[in-house]
Amino acid sequence: MSTLLIQNGRLIDPARQIDRQGDLLIVDGRIAEADRPDRPADIVIDATGCIVAPGLIDCHASFGEPGREEDETIASGSAAALAGGFTTVACLPTTLPVIDSRAAAEFIARQGERAGQCRVLPIGAVTKECAGAELAEMGQLISGGAVAFSDGKRPIANSEIMRRALQYTRMWDKPILHHAQVPELVQGGIMHEGFQSTLIGLQGMPAAAEEIMVRRDIALAETTGGRVHLMSLSSLRSVDELRRAIARGLRVSADVTPQHLLLTDECLVGYDTNYKVDPPIRTAEHREALIDGLKDNTISLIASDHQPVALEKKLREIDQSPFGIVGLETLLPLCLEALVQPGHLSWMQLLAKLTSGPAELLGLSAGTLRPGQPADVTIIDPNARWQIDATQFRSRSRNTPFHGRQVVGQVRYTLVGGDVKFSLSSPGK
Amino acid sequence: MAVPASDSISLPTWNRRHLLGLQELESAEIETILDHAAEFKRRMQQRVRLDPLRGVAVANLFFEASTRTRTSFSLAAKRLGADVVDFTASSSSLSKGETFIDTALTIESMGVDLMVIRHSSPGAPEMLSRHLRCGILNAGDGTHEHPTQGLLDVFTMREQLGSLAGKTVTLVGDIKHSRVARSNIWALKKLGANIIVCGPGTLIPPGIEKLGVRVAHRFDDVLQESDVINLLRVQFERQRGAFFPSIAEYAHLFGMNGDRLRRARPGVLILAPGPINRGVEITPDVADGPNSQILHQVTNGLFIRMACLHLLAGQQLSHAQETR
Repeated sequence: MSTLLIQNGRLIDPARQIDRQGDLLIVDGRIAEADRPDRPADIVIDATGCIVAPGLIDCHASFGEPGREEDETIASGSAAALAGGFTTVACLPTTLPVIDSRAAAEFIARQGERAGQCRVLPIGAVTKECAGAELAEMGQLISGGAVAFSDGKRPIANSEIMRRALQYTRMWDKPILHHAQVPELVQGGIMHEGFQSTLIGLQGMPAAAEEIMVRRDIALAETTGGRVHLMSLSSLRSVDELRRAIARGLRVSADVTPQHLLLTDECLVGYDTNYKVDPPIRTAEHREALIDGLKDNTISLIASDHQPVALEKKLREIDQSPFGIVGLETLLPLCLEALVQPGHLSWMQLLAKLTSGPAELLGLSAGTLRPGQPADVTIIDPNARWQIDATQFRSRSRNTPFHGRQVVGQVRYTLVGGDVKFSLSSPGK
Repeated sequence: MAVPASDSISLPTWNRRHLLGLQELESAEIETILDHAAEFKRRMQQRVRLDPLRGVAVANLFFEASTRTRTSFSLAAKRLGADVVDFTASSSSLSKGETFIDTALTIESMGVDLMVIRHSSPGAPEMLSRHLRCGILNAGDGTHEHPTQGLLDVFTMREQLGSLAGKTVTLVGDIKHSRVARSNIWALKKLGANIIVCGPGTLIPPGIEKLGVRVAHRFDDVLQESDVINLLRVQFERQRGAFFPSIAEYAHLFGMNGDRLRRARPGVLILAPGPINRGVEITPDVADGPNSQILHQVTNGLFIRMACLHLLAGQQLSHAQETR
């Protein structure tokens, strides 16, 4: 029997609404019933001044593997996840080839196990090759480990395909994670359409492209009873629509990324490709609506939308550079800056959107410190001041607009199944 | 022909190493460029030989097709005595997969002091200005800005009208895809002109009125109040799909023709950045008529580019000395 004791921390477990000072005992990799061991623990971690939380869960990230290993591998991506406090990451299926078969899903799970970092879960494709035309073999994908379905950043434009996908996935009660966007309205687009795009001459992506698709998805969720999850919500009206749909009892949910909570479209004035992200960063009124949506829990999740892009691809002209921001290693302090420090959310509320919330979406028993659960735990120093340094990322890619930013709140330890998989070598102050 | 006399020209106060757009320029800086260009024009008309850029290397990097702007820049640099190299994308290594930043770094390493960039991507010159040490002159970046075109347009207007303060300038056509429109708007605003943008609803970009311009969709309604009409070219190559039903309908609604000219103010100046689509945005009788400034614009473009190259080179050389 091996024991690990996390001492003197502030335990926050949103699934059980627990927020108290105390110790957490881990016995043989699982959370123990008792706070204290009978005999001295094999390993003791002093968590004085720190928050002890369930390991964070990311409901959609991209790891590049297979096919784009120059951007990221499952090993490098899952190492980045650990450094960001994540113990479970669900990977979007838009790799090369896409994850639209049982064998492909098993490959993702297998590579995750081989890497031995955080837990890596495949998201299966909704349609074959994520081409939006024919349903993928969803039952086979579930047998291969798929926890949800998505076509990644490719919107499912054909409403009949989306309707059938929602009808079909009801059999397993799995959600469809959708990039809600009308493709023809954003074709060639680089940034939010508005005054700023007019000013700097970049092709715009109107908010209406998202709002129209959100309305459609809500209507289809209503007619089918299927579960729609809207990834990376970015627009004010989308939040309004979602709020009304939830009030009607529909099974729709959404997440948002830190960049959409912190930035506005003026960031593209210098044409820095690290701000090019899909959906685009919009104006302050959209940003405020997203924060309001988080506050009243219309938006119940926060996701990294980790999109690693190798440096040489981001050194292209802005219209030729791929979309994406690398997010796993910076999510937590950015969320603290956007949400907790200004008083929009409590720690409990924030952690719910990063633990119990995504666990519920993906049908996982993880995301809690309930006794008996595998000990996936994140220990956070809420007051540590540090500077984001992209050159020190565990991710293979450095495409972040937050390089050099002074932030507060730092992950000290990340445990997966009771093993310390990440510990910070040089903590901030 | 007599051998031109050689002379020197003094360098006005100037503090910028790059000319990326007119948005960031102060009105006094725009005036400096215009005045300096006027000085070049006066000297050149006296056939005075000037070579203040002797020993300076200027590279024209054109990643997008252009004849008139490239020729104008090339000739301007040569008239200033610079060593000039022209680089076009068709003869480039871009097809071999090199990034445009690497291409530019390679050219710069040959000892180039000033680089003139034309590129289809907005912001490409600004990106280069962050990676290169030489001075960068934007010769048109996608749908963003074309500062020397904006300058030569206001130079031409100013030459005919004197001050532009309180004058009304109407930009007609594809505002959405036009870098010329943006550069015109910035320059005209700073010189105190009233600006009307007029075009099909599909080609007016959102929020443009926040720049302090008036939006009109009926050309005929604004003819009477316009001191200048600048007819932007329909940018067929930048448009995805059809933004208006037909060329005939465009010409019907927004084309400048003899009939509209008769209903406009007497002496109205007709500008077009060119290359013009005769019969689309302008009919030949107007293009070749007395109100047309089209060829004056081309002539003035040379002096504007001489002025810009001279100002930037002065700044670049002093910067190089400081960092040496």
